[in-house]
Amino acid sequence: MATEFSFPDAAAKAASVPKEFESEKMSLSMGPSHPSTHGVLRLQFELDGEVVTKADPVIGYLHRGDEKIAENMTYNQFVPYTDRLDYIAPLANNMAYAIAVERLAKLEVPPRCQAIRVLTAELARVSSHLMGLGAYGIDVGAWSVFMYCFEEREKLYRLFEELTGARFTTSYTRIGGLQRDVPEGWTGRVGAFCDQFLPILDEILGLLSRNKIFLDRTVGIGVISKTDATAYGLTGPNLRGSGIPTDLRKDRPYSGYEQYEFDVPVGAQGDCYDRYLCRGEEMKQSVRIIRQVLKNFPGGDWYAKDARKIFAPPKAKVLTSMEELINNFMIVTEGPQMPPGEVYFEAENPKGILGFYIVSTGGGVPYRLKIRSPSFCNLSILPKLCVGAMVSDVVSILGSLDFVMGECDR
Amino acid sequence: MTSDVDLATAVRQQFPPVTTRDSLDCQAFNVPAAEILAVLRFLRDQHGFDVLTDATAIDWSAAKSPRFTVVWHLYSSTGHGYVRLAADCASDTEPSMPSASGLWAGANWLEREIFDMFGIKFDGHPDLRRILMWEGYPYFPLRKEFPLAGLPTDLPDAEIAAETKAGLIAAPMAGGPFVAKSGRPMSEAEPRAKDEAWNERRPKPE
Amino acid sequence: MATTDQELAYDTKIEGDVVVTKLDAAVNWLRTNSMWPMPMGLACCAIELMATASSRFDISRFGAEVMRFSPRQSDCMIVAGTVTYKMAPVVRRIYDQMAAPKWVIAMGACASSGGMYRSYATLQGVDRILPVDVYISGCPPRPESLLDGLMKLQAKVKREHSAAKLLSA
Repeated sequence: MATEFSFPDAAAKAASVPKEFESEKMSLSMGPSHPSTHGVLRLQFELDGEVVTKADPVIGYLHRGDEKIAENMTYNQFVPYTDRLDYIAPLANNMAYAIAVERLAKLEVPPRCQAIRVLTAELARVSSHLMGLGAYGIDVGAWSVFMYCFEEREKLYRLFEELTGARFTTSYTRIGGLQRDVPEGWTGRVGAFCDQFLPILDEILGLLSRNKIFLDRTVGIGVISKTDATAYGLTGPNLRGSGIPTDLRKDRPYSGYEQYEFDVPVGAQGDCYDRYLCRGEEMKQSVRIIRQVLKNFPGGDWYAKDARKIFAPPKAKVLTSMEELINNFMIVTEGPQMPPGEVYFEAENPKGILGFYIVSTGGGVPYRLKIRSPSFCNLSILPKLCVGAMVSDVVSILGSLDFVMGECDR
Repeated sequence: MTSDVDLATAVRQQFPPVTTRDSLDCQAFNVPAAEILAVLRFLRDQHGFDVLTDATAIDWSAAKSPRFTVVWHLYSSTGHGYVRLAADCASDTEPSMPSASGLWAGANWLEREIFDMFGIKFDGHPDLRRILMWEGYPYFPLRKEFPLAGLPTDLPDAEIAAETKAGLIAAPMAGGPFVAKSGRPMSEAEPRAKDEAWNERRPKPE
Repeated sequence: MATTDQELAYDTKIEGDVVVTKLDAAVNWLRTNSMWPMPMGLACCAIELMATASSRFDISRFGAEVMRFSPRQSDCMIVAGTVTYKMAPVVRRIYDQMAAPKWVIAMGACASSGGMYRSYATLQGVDRILPVDVYISGCPPRPESLLDGLMKLQAKVKREHSAAKLLSA
């Protein structure tokens, strides 16, 4: 005969305590140096026992002044700084920035360049979600998941290193094209990675998706309603987990995404478990996109050949021909010449929607560059979401929001 | 979904002082600061721009007037379109703007960041304090007269400042970042820092 | 003056189960081979720190996989990432809470000198607030570089006069 246990809702129990037993509220500061805060986030809690009554996130511990730096550098000089925004998927940031600046010049890059950018962005998405999964696993106590995810990420790092020269912090795109073309045989290796990745992904997800402990820690925790998600500007899997199917790759396709068939996973409840499932499924869809790109990989130019004042000409020409020499000199010293105007471009990054608002008064240096950071907006819901949760639930909520402070603070 | 032209007509009909703003991509409007909340509400409720995706400000430098412009970007999750709204702050020395945090909860943090970086106050904001820099930081970093390297001040924690004898210093720029000014004769176009009136040997003139 | 970088089994005369050695060598051997890091993982270098702790590069071979986030239980603080002025007092406070003996590794360009962030908000090198033992260059340094830095720290610790400090304090 089974015994029925019932665990009453902690917050309701705390609220119903009679006045004479009411305890004093405790002030607890979680972070900025904390294993579960995914970077330097500080949460200032007011606790009633184990239940949070007020939560005030303090951010800015990684504010490095990127936007001010951007006002002093040329468009190409700023590319390494975009790597370090969401430092878990740098290739996606590189692409978003390059497309934003290219929109300023109304520049279209050739299909091969677009295909390579989509390929690298989707690989970055897999890498980022693996990290999110691994970190989430380790937060709720699953060490093996972390190890498996990181091993897969190492394989991705090897691919990135072969393509760009760096494991992450790739600085791969340039305005009007890329740093270099894909090396010989790289696409074959990407295909081989995808083939061996899907079974391992199933194994990793199998460790968590039906795991009783994981379900207890994530189902029904951190429920975000549709109205809240829209009001707070949530994006990415956090928004889709709550049931809103916004995905800029489908709604406003860029860089050739309209050619590829893929599904967008959308959750039902809006709790931590749904967000976790969304990320898991998104990885599978990313592999689907990668396979389609590899099947129809276009040949041709990998940079905009006619953008003479924007993309540096090939080195062989620079050293032998006058016009290319001058153009190269101007692009490196003054920067790619952009017309005056303002443009706002958003890309669907793994963490959410990364937007760049660029105000240009002409020349090679932006007048104002605003980075619309997905993690900044995702975190703004924390004061509302943490109230009524227990401290250990907060850890689960933070893991499910999958933010990164480099992006949040810039 | 209303097309750009229809949207512009509808907005201008409802709010005559609004003018269109030059934009390379989406529909953009210049709105007087007094009308901005009404225009935002109109676009959200009547035209389906339900997401405030970004809010930021531009400092046109102390030489220009009006000096500060606050820019909002709205996105419609149903129509998949953007609209940009720009409003100039009335005062150049004490800039302020009505707060949109009553319309979108996400505007809370976005406006705190604008206040932190530019010093623009938002009327009606529930909790206007710095978000990226610490509470006692005396400057507004994204203003044009503030140097990239920063100005010397104290560390946020007095105890640690006394223990380590460290403080905020102007970062050693060594003449960089190296950008050449365009439109000059080649002989004068040597790459040097944009703001070259000062460096670590020559302090910034007040 | 004789160096203290002695082999552990200084005198190989083994009498039963007894090995004779110098106290310095023994203490340094214990310290270097179980150097528990306090990961001050702030930015991108923290990801490489995590990669070093993972299975491919395995910092556990050096006895340093115990990444305790508690300063009381750690020996070595690895400052991985950009230290901003807002974060600097926190880093210093955590360093002060660590128990002696303690060492600091500045991992990456941002921790060593501010890196490419020469701006109003970035501390230009964590050595402005902490005494650093090993600087590792790179942006971010490869896991092999971090392991090399750790080995250099181990070599540095092996040269310390630990016995004199222990017996005199």
